[in-house]
Amino acid sequence: MAAEMEPPPLGDAGQTDFREIEDGEGLFVSTVTTLESPEPSSPDPASMPAEGISTNSNGPKQEDISLDDDPEDLFAEATEEVSLDSPEREPILSDGPSPAITPITPTAMLTPRMGLGTAEMFERSLDEIEEDDSGDIFDMHIAVSDPEKVGDGMNAYMGYKVTTKTSMTIFSKNETTVRRRFSDFLGLHSKLASKYLHIGYIVPPAPEKSIVGMTKVKVGKEDLSSAEFVEKRRSALERYLMRTVKHPILLKDPDVMMFLESSELPRAVSTQALSGAGILRMVNKAADAVNKMTIKMNESDAWFEEKHQQFENLDLQLRKLHASVESLVCHRKELSVNTASFAKSAAMLGNSEDHTALSRALSQLAEVEEKIDQLHQDQAYADFYLFSELLGDYVRLITAVKGVFDHRMKTWSKWQDTQLLLQKKREAEAKLQFANKPDKLQQAKDEIKELEGKVQQGEKDFELISKTIRKEVSRFEKDRVKDFKVVIIQYLESLVQTQQQLIKYWEAFLPEAKAIA
Amino acid sequence: MMEEAREGSLSVSVQTIRVTEAVRDGDALTFVVISQKLSGSGEYHVARTHEDFEWLQQCLFSQEVVPGILGVIFPPLPAKPQLNAPTKVLKQLGFLAMGEDWRTYCRALETYLQQVAAHTMLSKNKCLENFLTSSEPPGRQRVRKGIFNRLSQAMDGMRREGHKDVDDFFQTERDNNLTLTGCSKSATERFIDVVLTEQKLAVACGHFSTSLHLCVEQEEDSTVLAFSKICVKLSEVIDSIKRNFESVAENNLSTMGLGLDLESRYQEAEKEMLYRRTCKLVELETASRNAERAKPVKKAAMDELKVAAEKEFDHVSGVAKQEIARFHSARVELLRQALILWCEKQLETARDTSTRYSQHLQAFKELGE
Repeated sequence: MAAEMEPPPLGDAGQTDFREIEDGEGLFVSTVTTLESPEPSSPDPASMPAEGISTNSNGPKQEDISLDDDPEDLFAEATEEVSLDSPEREPILSDGPSPAITPITPTAMLTPRMGLGTAEMFERSLDEIEEDDSGDIFDMHIAVSDPEKVGDGMNAYMGYKVTTKTSMTIFSKNETTVRRRFSDFLGLHSKLASKYLHIGYIVPPAPEKSIVGMTKVKVGKEDLSSAEFVEKRRSALERYLMRTVKHPILLKDPDVMMFLESSELPRAVSTQALSGAGILRMVNKAADAVNKMTIKMNESDAWFEEKHQQFENLDLQLRKLHASVESLVCHRKELSVNTASFAKSAAMLGNSEDHTALSRALSQLAEVEEKIDQLHQDQAYADFYLFSELLGDYVRLITAVKGVFDHRMKTWSKWQDTQLLLQKKREAEAKLQFANKPDKLQQAKDEIKELEGKVQQGEKDFELISKTIRKEVSRFEKDRVKDFKVVIIQYLESLVQTQQQLIKYWEAFLPEAKAIA
Repeated sequence: MMEEAREGSLSVSVQTIRVTEAVRDGDALTFVVISQKLSGSGEYHVARTHEDFEWLQQCLFSQEVVPGILGVIFPPLPAKPQLNAPTKVLKQLGFLAMGEDWRTYCRALETYLQQVAAHTMLSKNKCLENFLTSSEPPGRQRVRKGIFNRLSQAMDGMRREGHKDVDDFFQTERDNNLTLTGCSKSATERFIDVVLTEQKLAVACGHFSTSLHLCVEQEEDSTVLAFSKICVKLSEVIDSIKRNFESVAENNLSTMGLGLDLESRYQEAEKEMLYRRTCKLVELETASRNAERAKPVKKAAMDELKVAAEKEFDHVSGVAKQEIARFHSARVELLRQALILWCEKQLETARDTSTRYSQHLQAFKELGE
């Protein structure tokens, strides 16, 4: 490939902008076009840089971004509060190749086959992975626990214990415990997203960053809201890991296994949103959005059309549900506060009362109300952690699903563009037939040959991603039913329990009320 | 021309007095008052407005001839309901404005009538008989202000409230009353907040349930159908939760809420009586001082005044002592009934809800197996 290029003479400004489009060497990554193909000479078959986005290893080098390792960076682990609508919700894709260079599965033997597109090689291995159960049924439990603050001041962070219990043979031990911090989780997601999203796999999104929450923790505010924040995050991290390993492909990814088993992980620095990489991401996100609007795809497959619409609808519905539940949680907390307040005033009334039996009954009343308040708090907790978080998770998951559909569109677009280019080259070649330039003619013929290969590859990629998405959507829908059912049953069980408790309290109070003479 | 309140006895049975409903007539409410004849030969069925109730109250206030009337704890009449201003009426009436169809308010009016009818002194007032039995609305005749003027005079200048008492019994009663009035008012207000939040929760559940229905898809695909089914079933659960909150709120306001409201207003009524007596005390002390300092010319007149004031004060204190005893046993009984009824109703609701939740749980476990 390099042989075909004429590197511009240094200092010759006039020619620097004339480049064959496929050559990205030394250029700033073009953020608008998606025509760049992965370097076939890349030493890492497992790492698939997504087209056109910041993952291209020819992009700005890490060294240029001085903010990443800046110990003074106040926002090392946090960004603005990320709402359900924020563009930051888009996956953070890894810069550079993943450190896990080993083949995808230790059991399947992969030999890099020259001449084949890496995508095809990938496809084969992933199919093999899915079919290769090795007799293992899914049996895995991950717990995230023991949040502990490490360090002081604005450089402090929360460390979490991650315990994996499993009987599956692909893991080296039945039980592993490691310590991880939040950016490690983000780093894991980033790697998985860069490997799998663009070929159609729905990679579960990582929990959100939060500047407000983390700042409180850093400055050592030991109050109820920062405790709640830590618990919310811990729970979210646990759900994130469980969702990730439930995916048959992701489960076997070496990065996942390394995350769960290695005692040390290299620090994921490019996940910081305010770093240079982060800013670049935002720029690219904007460019992507523009690009999305300009792709008009001829959808030949009604299934995709329908599903796309379905997911758009689902997105709206889930957001609405989420808002409803949040309102419920809010009111329940208010009820708890009001009940506690009433309990206090009932106690005062009881204390001021002369009549002994009445006084005792009123004091009992105050106690009953306090207990009821506790029940309200417990119920609010359930409302929140069961429903609200589930719905929030699904809203974020839908974003990943929509992302995958978008990637399919981009894949199609790339294929079409390559085809157009081939067409142009053919026309150019035809013209060259009559000009007497045997060198140029040969060059044109070579280019055409290469492009034909690329067109073939593009078609294959498109078919592959379409096939993958169908499978993924089916899996997603099945999981969704299971997930919701499990949560609802848990919720109902908590409701039943609360009612039983309430009945006991009232039954205990009745004789006290009757005893007033 | 207005008849003096005559000695008489009530021709209806006290416990049977009921205010059964409130009928909305444009901007006014008319209340249906029913009572059973003591003779057993039937019942009286009358329609009264709040003005009619006020007329009755004023009649009771204006019983001049009864000595020591100032020592009476007058049963408190609920304030007039404002029909077209829901937030204002809530502030003004609290629990009495909540609940459907003014049921709680009717109960409060009912209690008022029963308290008046049970009172040995007040029940003899012809106005009460008139109010309960006459098919004509009691005339809106102007009630002779008389004592009512003096009452209102007494209520002005609340600075006398802190005036030290000569009698320990009364001083203690005044102190306790002050505390209890504050406590019960506070408890009532906070309980109102609880009930309002419960009502808000019911509404929020309604929204949640509706949103769930929007998630239902008409789809052939079995997994999508399964999800729709889950959404429908969940919305049924949320509807149950909603119904539970509505019941709990209703129970709260119709039993304990009403009880707290009555207690609160009754304490205020005692406070007013104690204040009137304190004013009489001040009058007596002033008269005594005047008599002491009077010049020989005026001395006899001053002495006479002092004696009269003393007599009145003693009468009032005598009546007050009896009233206080009655008051305490009455309010304990009121609260006892409220607490028992409240507990029983909440227990019933809790049991119903528990059954319903268990059924839902079972249904969910059986879903799609």
